Amino acid sequence: MRPDLSVCIAGVTLKNPVMTASGTFGSGKEYGAFFDISRLGAVVTKGIAPVPWKGNPVPRVAETPSGMLNAIGLQGPGVDTFMAEDLPYLAQYGVPVIANVCGHSEEEYLTVVEKLSDTDVSMLEINVSCPNVREGGIAFGTDPGKVCAITQAVKKITKKPVIIKLSPNVTDIRETAKAAEAGGADCVSLINTLIGMKIDVRTRRFILANRTGGLSGPAIHPVAVRMVYDVSHAVGIPVIGMGGISTAEDALEMILAGATGIAVGTAFFHDPQAAVKVIEGMEVYLAEQKISSVRELVGAVS
Amino acid sequence: MSGNAAPTLETARVVSQEALTEDTMSLWLEVSFVPKARPGQFVSFYLDDPSRLLPRPISICDFERRLSLLRFVYRIAGEGTRQLSLLRTGDSVRVMGPLGNGYPMEEMAGKRVLLIGGGLGIPPMLGCLTDAYREPCDRESFRLPPKAVNAALGYRSAPFMLSDFSEKTHVYLATEDGSAGVKGNVLTAIREEMAPSDLIFACGPKRMLAAVASYAAERCIPCYVSLEERMACGVGACLGCVAKTKSEDPHYHVPYRRVCTDGPVFYAPDVDFS
Repeated sequence: MRPDLSVCIAGVTLKNPVMTASGTFGSGKEYGAFFDISRLGAVVTKGIAPVPWKGNPVPRVAETPSGMLNAIGLQGPGVDTFMAEDLPYLAQYGVPVIANVCGHSEEEYLTVVEKLSDTDVSMLEINVSCPNVREGGIAFGTDPGKVCAITQAVKKITKKPVIIKLSPNVTDIRETAKAAEAGGADCVSLINTLIGMKIDVRTRRFILANRTGGLSGPAIHPVAVRMVYDVSHAVGIPVIGMGGISTAEDALEMILAGATGIAVGTAFFHDPQAAVKVIEGMEVYLAEQKISSVRELVGAVS
Repeated sequence: MSGNAAPTLETARVVSQEALTEDTMSLWLEVSFVPKARPGQFVSFYLDDPSRLLPRPISICDFERRLSLLRFVYRIAGEGTRQLSLLRTGDSVRVMGPLGNGYPMEEMAGKRVLLIGGGLGIPPMLGCLTDAYREPCDRESFRLPPKAVNAALGYRSAPFMLSDFSEKTHVYLATEDGSAGVKGNVLTAIREEMAPSDLIFACGPKRMLAAVASYAAERCIPCYVSLEERMACGVGACLGCVAKTKSEDPHYHVPYRRVCTDGPVFYAPDVDFS
């Protein structure tokens, strides 16, 4: 019998736990040439703001050992274009769409949430953890009081399940996770990128125009696994784990640590078919281990 | 400039690789996607080393279409390209291409074309030259009169690939140290020799491209430039490699275009060089 990869998060059934990490999958179209998007458990969109955002000056990206830094700064077309162009494109795949929401202020988050509440998106992921924008983003996500307040405000105006995306750039990520849960979040996702910096010693200049950027890729995977483990023991709501997942083994590690869903991100840049390989590898593992459902593995580390 | 052909992800075979200078390599690869590749497009090279995640984007230098071969000339700029430089005949390498838009070759019809290359911007100009004179085959084609396409090449010092061009066309040559051709930059050579042109394709350092763009604008010559930027995904998803443009991107509604998919070739008057 084929192993059952399906999971349920906040009432939404995903045919497998594998999603795309926000910001790495463009508007969805870009990777359509390399694999069948309908095979994914869910597509998580790039951050959606109320209006088009320009993003940061270039250079915006830099390679680092087993990882990369980015400081894109949430360039995006804004919620209206997202609804008019990107969402209909993704809808044709019949795959749940999780809209990642960003803003400079609580009001801006709420504007986007309100508009998306009337669409077919399956869930909302509230980005309170982007390290590359001055206002909003991480400015909300490192303060438990603000995390709780924005969660409450979002929950008040939408019926969609709400995921709060957490920043690892805090002293104790369990505190912000508990704040999200107290605010009524249906789920938390983690980790966003770790703030890093790279300097060109020949020119003695910062490599990124933004000076700092978010570190992602296999380099951060062990940190992400540890944080997913900690958070899943601190809250009662489901956890979506991400951070350096490139293989099925990485994904299974995250699930054993306590994640119900997982996301593939930076790995797309090294292998555009990474997500499909993760799904196939999980199927093989479950069959070999004679485990009937991936749900049995959630938090099963001992 | 939309409607790029969908790229192909495949394992390509190395036909040959040789050093042109101390740090400049010339690589011939056999790939399946040669028929849909055009001059000015690039290919992403993935490294076997899992600690180096990002593909190395390298411009297509030349075509041997009957044999399904592409040539790449690149500089060893760091550890990633050093690893690529170790590839030998018969080795395989994971690539994705063709990527980006390429030069609008169809605009060459009936024109005197000047191909302007500076430094490592020279290689893609060779592909333009080869394809300009390729036999009409599977595409809507045109025949250019002999000598319609000329090249202006600028080097820091000793030229490389010079015979690749001079065997096929007239070359306006400049070197910064005066060791070959005119002493100065590529525009010095173009001005001194009064190179005629009705259309310019250029690739090279940003400062050179800005100077070429204003040279073309003063003379009302249509001009296309190929830009370079630090890249991650190579397929338009991550928005890492944007260039400032004067017009807005039709989807993102901001004056930034993705070098990897909206470029690397841009209509020069639309580029914000400031």
